Amino acid sequence: MIRTPLRPLARVIDARKHGQNPDQIEAAERAKRNQAVHQKLRKRAEGRLTLLGLAFFMGFAAIGGKMAMLAVSEPMEPKLAYSGSKIYSQRADITDRNGAVLATNLVTTSLYAQPQRMINPVRAAEKLAKVFPDINPEKLLKDFTGTRKFIWVRKKISPEQQQLVHDIGEPGLLFGPREMRLYPNGSLAAHILGGTGFGKEDVRAAELVGVAGVEKYFDARMRDPAQVDKPLQLSIDLTAQATMRRVVAGGMKIMDAKGAAAVLMDVHTGEVISMVSLPDFDPNERPRPLLKGDPSDSPLFNRAAQGVYELGSTFKLFAAAASLEKGLVNENAMIDIRGPIKWGKFKIRDFHNYGKQLSVMDVIVKSSNIGTARMAQAAGTQTQKELLGGLGLLQPTALELVEATHIKPLVPKNWSELSTMTISYGHGIAATPLHLASAYATLANGGLKVQPTLLKVDAQTAYGARILKDDTSKTLMRMLRNVVTRGTASFGEVKGYSVGGKTGSADKPKPNGGYYDDKVIATFASVFPTDDPKYVLVLTLDEPSIQAAGEKRRTAGWTAVPVTAELITRLAPVLNMRPEVAGSGKVQYTQVKN
Amino acid sequence: MRSLFYLVCSAFVIGLAYWAYKENYKTQASLKEVKELQQQIAHEKETIAVLNAEWAYLNRPDRLRELVDLNFEDLQLIPLLPSHFGDSEMVAYPTTVFDSIVEPVTVIGGAQQ
Repeated sequence: MIRTPLRPLARVIDARKHGQNPDQIEAAERAKRNQAVHQKLRKRAEGRLTLLGLAFFMGFAAIGGKMAMLAVSEPMEPKLAYSGSKIYSQRADITDRNGAVLATNLVTTSLYAQPQRMINPVRAAEKLAKVFPDINPEKLLKDFTGTRKFIWVRKKISPEQQQLVHDIGEPGLLFGPREMRLYPNGSLAAHILGGTGFGKEDVRAAELVGVAGVEKYFDARMRDPAQVDKPLQLSIDLTAQATMRRVVAGGMKIMDAKGAAAVLMDVHTGEVISMVSLPDFDPNERPRPLLKGDPSDSPLFNRAAQGVYELGSTFKLFAAAASLEKGLVNENAMIDIRGPIKWGKFKIRDFHNYGKQLSVMDVIVKSSNIGTARMAQAAGTQTQKELLGGLGLLQPTALELVEATHIKPLVPKNWSELSTMTISYGHGIAATPLHLASAYATLANGGLKVQPTLLKVDAQTAYGARILKDDTSKTLMRMLRNVVTRGTASFGEVKGYSVGGKTGSADKPKPNGGYYDDKVIATFASVFPTDDPKYVLVLTLDEPSIQAAGEKRRTAGWTAVPVTAELITRLAPVLNMRPEVAGSGKVQYTQVKN
Repeated sequence: MRSLFYLVCSAFVIGLAYWAYKENYKTQASLKEVKELQQQIAHEKETIAVLNAEWAYLNRPDRLRELVDLNFEDLQLIPLLPSHFGDSEMVAYPTTVFDSIVEPVTVIGGAQQ
């Protein structure tokens, strides 16, 4: 750059020559320089502004771009998330009270077909029919060659079957992963567990939905992702359940019964330790419900929690309880049992003539209808209703089975004085064996209400309101014990377990009114041990009969009672109960497990 | 001086860029490893679930009862009864030492002739 001086000599000389002021030249020159500096500064400032603007633009563009990206991109699981909480199955396991698995999940494969991708549909249909013998090849071929684009062939197949289908080598036959519910113990606790079915289906997965039993009752809890890792622990004891099912099935066969139900309940907590209803089914292959006929003929029917039966004389204890509780009688008070009691056309009789009078104790021991009717009449309808209501015999039970939630006992619409009298010996009121078990549990545990439950109760905090005085409960237990030692349930004695109980044999009602002469429901409600009650066991046999002592016997004393005795003999040791033998109890034991 | 500063700066930037490049690949490799491990964990958990189910199936009371029946001659197991509870007074001081069971037990019906 050529530097121009402020006073260029040539121009100054020239100006002086013409008599002009050379300072003007200097001023002009100086102004020119200032302008140049000014322009330079301005350019730089402009540049800086542009740069700053650019920086801001890029900043905003970056944020805006990121926002746009977030807005349009698909949400994705964070890859670095801790894997411990990840969900691997979609339904929680079910275990028994000791942690043995009752229901769990397995991953299997489903098989579907896409006919438009098939090379040789005829061959595929033929080969598939060989792998799955129950498939009809003609129908399959019709599906494969028709207009359908998607066909489920099998929803669950085994790995062996999958290999065989692979071997067919047909590209139109495809597999999808599928979770299935497995009940490893088969039919053992079928009515409690219920079963599951597939809900919404896709080739990649299918929903597992509970369709009955606890599976349906706790469906939301089982599928809750937050709780899917924690198994649902039931109050059922697998060993007791297995023992009970085997003995009841044997007893049902010997007694030639059509069905049987048994409930074993802890009297203090209301936990159902075991519940059996026969005939039963395999929840892995749940049968379809009956479309016509009596639903109680289906193996799906849970006699213990759904079967509403007149339970007969087992209700007599409630009449005694009401009178004792009200202080109307004590166990030795004499009741007039001369009969029959006539009430309009209706007559109340006893099976045998027991004389003119019996003590309250003996009314229960000998099972006198007239005696209990008199007691109930004296106590009044209101007292009876209050007691039965308090024991939960007028409402559905709180048991966590979807089938049981709406089973309400049948009571007379018009609860007259006659109804009070017949109900006192168990006629005109129908309840489930489960209702009876929970009512007996309240009578046995000192008179505190218990709610039957299928969930394991941690501490003994399950007591509800007081229904009866402790003394009344003790007297009732003495009565039950006497029924076994010298009454109608003499076959029920099991040495060392102080069994007490009350028999009940009720004629079965005909579907269109009246009662059968030769069909009974035989029930034995037992408590053991009566001196310190721990368990209630209710056994109901449907239409039992046995040839014994020279004639055909149907009453509970000959049918349900011996089976219960066998049940207690087998169950009590399994429940870790040591028999009380005379002379024992002096030695202190330390329990040792290995 | 200034050019040295520029040089150092550019070297620094190149260094940072290289570091970032390396870190990026390392992160991606780690992510891949995590994914593989998670798949492995899922697989293991599935296997555990299958084994648990199988264990429960093999220990189902029906099967155990059958096994007891099959091996009655060797094991002589019978259902637990009240009479099986004993008193410590009933236990005599052991005089013989019992051999441990080394004979095989039958697991499948018909295997024992």
